Amino acid sequence: MKAPPLDYVRPGTLRAAIAAMAEAGEGARLLAGGQSLGPMLNLRVVRPDLLVDVSRLEELSRIEETAGGLRVGAGVTHSAIEDGSVPDVTNGLMRFVAAQIAYRAVRNRGTIGGSLAHADPAGDWAPAMMALGASVAIEGAGGRREIAVRDLIADVMTTALDPGEVLVEVIVPRLSSDARWGHYKLTRKPGKFADAIAVAVSDRPRGRHGVAIARPSAPPRPMERAAAAMEAADGWSEALDRDIRAAVAADLAAEPNPDPDPVQRRYHIVTVARAARRALAQ
Amino acid sequence: MSAVRLTINGRAVDADIPARRSLADFIRDHEGLTGTHLTCEQGVCGACTVMVDGAPERSCITQAVACDGRAIRTVEGFEDDPVMEVLRRCFSAAHALQCGYCTPGMLITAHDIATRLPDADRDRIRLELSGNLCRCTGYLGIVNAIEMALEELRK
Repeated sequence: MKAPPLDYVRPGTLRAAIAAMAEAGEGARLLAGGQSLGPMLNLRVVRPDLLVDVSRLEELSRIEETAGGLRVGAGVTHSAIEDGSVPDVTNGLMRFVAAQIAYRAVRNRGTIGGSLAHADPAGDWAPAMMALGASVAIEGAGGRREIAVRDLIADVMTTALDPGEVLVEVIVPRLSSDARWGHYKLTRKPGKFADAIAVAVSDRPRGRHGVAIARPSAPPRPMERAAAAMEAADGWSEALDRDIRAAVAADLAAEPNPDPDPVQRRYHIVTVARAARRALAQ
Repeated sequence: MSAVRLTINGRAVDADIPARRSLADFIRDHEGLTGTHLTCEQGVCGACTVMVDGAPERSCITQAVACDGRAIRTVEGFEDDPVMEVLRRCFSAAHALQCGYCTPGMLITAHDIATRLPDADRDRIRLELSGNLCRCTGYLGIVNAIEMALEELRK
């Protein structure tokens, strides 16, 4: 199908984009890469009156390496991260995640901030950013604020962004050089929406252990018990594998709406266990 | 209506079009370049893939107005391209197409593989092709053709 009738503006500054969103009210949607919004427009799942194109804003394309890590503009594309145009503060994790997103033609246009703000439950960035303990900077008419990615994602396709607010920057803490990570994406075909994605980060020198999962049926979430099991362990063992599977099952059971499908639950447990194994047994 | 000014295969194009118009429909209906094909219109099948500023993008889920100022290159724009000449010949030799519907998108993606990943092996070629669907060939001929082309281009 084709997109519904709509208007389009491309403001030259972030301030002008925020003003355009405020003026247009509820019928406006921000357009970054449009690799999720484009299909939804064509399928008429969304019918905005106005697209406010922020894909060329200089304020969203900045990349800055800091002592604490990385500040990457929301408008930076997946392929720029895949190709190493962004300083690597995560021992290769961000490059690895970027390279797994959909297909190259999609990655050339899709952006890290757009992916997080869209909050598709099967999105690739949210679990990685949650496991890393990353946060985002948001700007709106009311000023600027920063919140953790785990607090940004409120529900499936729902974020803590107020109408008219723009996600401007992703703030990624630096991993120590000894930190290890594991990633597992359960999917029938590369690029397809995944049945589950899990990321495990073990940064012993900094005392940070993070595990998070994404799947189509529920919002992405940190797995606290699985992270604690990783922290308590000294390297990989079969016993740890059992502990992690039990911890993931407990984390999933504690969710507000646990997945009723035992096959899906098994997918989720196995995906997290494999990510943890890749982090610790490599 | 929104104004858009871009180049398609090196030719400057100025138009006033509805903002909802996809780049693919603009290329096909406004410019009459029907080599770019549409199938799924949701970014999955890859038939509509064109080069935007030298990188492959899906023209079905991109609004034409959002491509203002960009350089678009469709399959018709590769007539004198040396890499595409090799790819065309290898696609033909290795039976990399049957009905030909996916072929324009396949060639654009193959061109990206040949220029970005000149040393790609068969596994990498298959991975990079995962965003282009073919319902005739079973992909074997396409993978063979690209492997053949990369080998020739490396010489």
